[in-house]
Amino acid sequence: MSRILVVAEHDGASINPSTAKCVACAGSLPDADIHVVVFSDNAESLSAAASRLASVSTVLQVDHPANQHLLAAVIAPQVAALADGYTHIFGPSTTFGKDLMPRVAALLEVNQISDVMSVEGSHRFKRPVYAGNAILTVEAPSDRPVVATVRTASWQAVSNDNDATVEKISVDASLPDHTRFVELKTGKSDRPDLQTASTVVSGGRALGSAEKFDIIYKLADALGAAVGASRAAVDAGYVPNEMQVGQTGKIIAPELYIAVGISGAIQHLTGIKDAGTIVAINKDADAPIFEIADIGLVGDLFTIVPELAEALRK
Amino acid sequence: MEKILVGLKRVVDFNVRVRVKSDGSGVETDGVKMSINPFDEIALEEALRIRERGKASEIIAVSIGGSDAQQQLRTGLAMGADRAILVTTESPVDQLTIARIFLALVHREKPDLVLLGKQAIDNDNNQTGQMLATLWDRPQATFASKLELDGNTARVTREVDAGLETIEIDLPAVVTTDLRLNEPRYVKLPDIMKAKKKPLDQLSLSELGVEPSRGLTEVSYEAPPQRSKGVRVEDVAGLVAALGARGLV
Repeated sequence: MSRILVVAEHDGASINPSTAKCVACAGSLPDADIHVVVFSDNAESLSAAASRLASVSTVLQVDHPANQHLLAAVIAPQVAALADGYTHIFGPSTTFGKDLMPRVAALLEVNQISDVMSVEGSHRFKRPVYAGNAILTVEAPSDRPVVATVRTASWQAVSNDNDATVEKISVDASLPDHTRFVELKTGKSDRPDLQTASTVVSGGRALGSAEKFDIIYKLADALGAAVGASRAAVDAGYVPNEMQVGQTGKIIAPELYIAVGISGAIQHLTGIKDAGTIVAINKDADAPIFEIADIGLVGDLFTIVPELAEALRK
Repeated sequence: MEKILVGLKRVVDFNVRVRVKSDGSGVETDGVKMSINPFDEIALEEALRIRERGKASEIIAVSIGGSDAQQQLRTGLAMGADRAILVTTESPVDQLTIARIFLALVHREKPDLVLLGKQAIDNDNNQTGQMLATLWDRPQATFASKLELDGNTARVTREVDAGLETIEIDLPAVVTTDLRLNEPRYVKLPDIMKAKKKPLDQLSLSELGVEPSRGLTEVSYEAPPQRSKGVRVEDVAGLVAALGARGLV
């Protein structure tokens, strides 16, 4: 039997969809009993939300003032203290999980399995290496807990129709004060979330400036889509870092991905490989993006994009 | 601060199109260009800038692996590291062992700051810094895009999914670098000559007192599934029609 503890990610107001994807991954382990742990300074509504995730049997609610900002150094010893009795401990392969889970692994003296894309057995998993240019099958020792991050783009979120038991617990762990939260600067947007949107429109360096990037937003709004960007567009300062799609940014799997003025560097392609349909709009007919695009259109993006937005609005 | 320890991993250069070996035992590395992991290069550059601002006196570059990793350490010395340590291993070691090697070096060298790349572009594990910080029982600031030192603390801006998070950490600590922290300098020829005279020590695992742990078993490598070749459309009307045919608009 697999007993899995999933560490929930949240922003204080709602559970991040990455959690439902970790639960999906956990559910593909043989004979799975899935628990979700919610760390917060006020976890009541968060643990209620987690209890609705399908196939979860128990939600553990850990309220502590130190848990307000989910600092890895503070959360890791609490996860480790709860680890006893679990065969697997999962977190999402988001910046939250990537920061936290290796600390948990080190406390439990095991290696972490990063970016699980498929479950091949209770201790056997597939994960991407070399920016997704190779897939590695790894096996973890069967007599030790498996600590892993789950590649969210590889999994479909479980549904929200459950009513799992919520247990309020306190954890006996000494929490460090050497790490202190200062602030989080986040671009407020009414558009869909980049990591979960079914349609994403991304712009690249060819947009030329932050002002000209506006046509990307207009196309996205015509489609009800989230907006992303290539690393080049972020580095050039057209858009903030949280919009970066690619190996070092966000790895996404929308149903429709429209790449505008993006040449298609390997590290960008890594971030969109799991998209349903990829559309490329680029003036360079030889751009590498066309090698993986399902639909390609060669031409001037400043003509095509407004025309496309107009056509879609009709 | 006195010392900064920087990790430099030898990896397949980021421009190389990696191919899986036909027997699935790994990827082709024969005759392939090898370089310093790009994130580690950023870590070294940051250390150099801290020293240039007069806030550090010595930078030690560390690599773990076979003797060919000396090449990357020499490049690091040419960039400006003061000395280098190669921890020699016969065969590749697991992530936890790498963290333990760094811990042993931390106990030897007593750095005030350890700067590492957030991940290596070969195994993409993204673990070493976090594991080292944990074993050392010290703070970590991962995915750093800005690092400000102030006496015994550091303020670090981190690239997180939601935007930019700033945290304050006590030193000593581990900081792992993201792409936008800086742009590494190019190495100049006279610096390559100078680097040949800088000390490069070699240490074995037994000299460091580290016993390799039982890692994960690598069962096999395979090439990723390829996306099938798409279609070209001529104009916006064609694009809208193609999207419509797929039920996407």
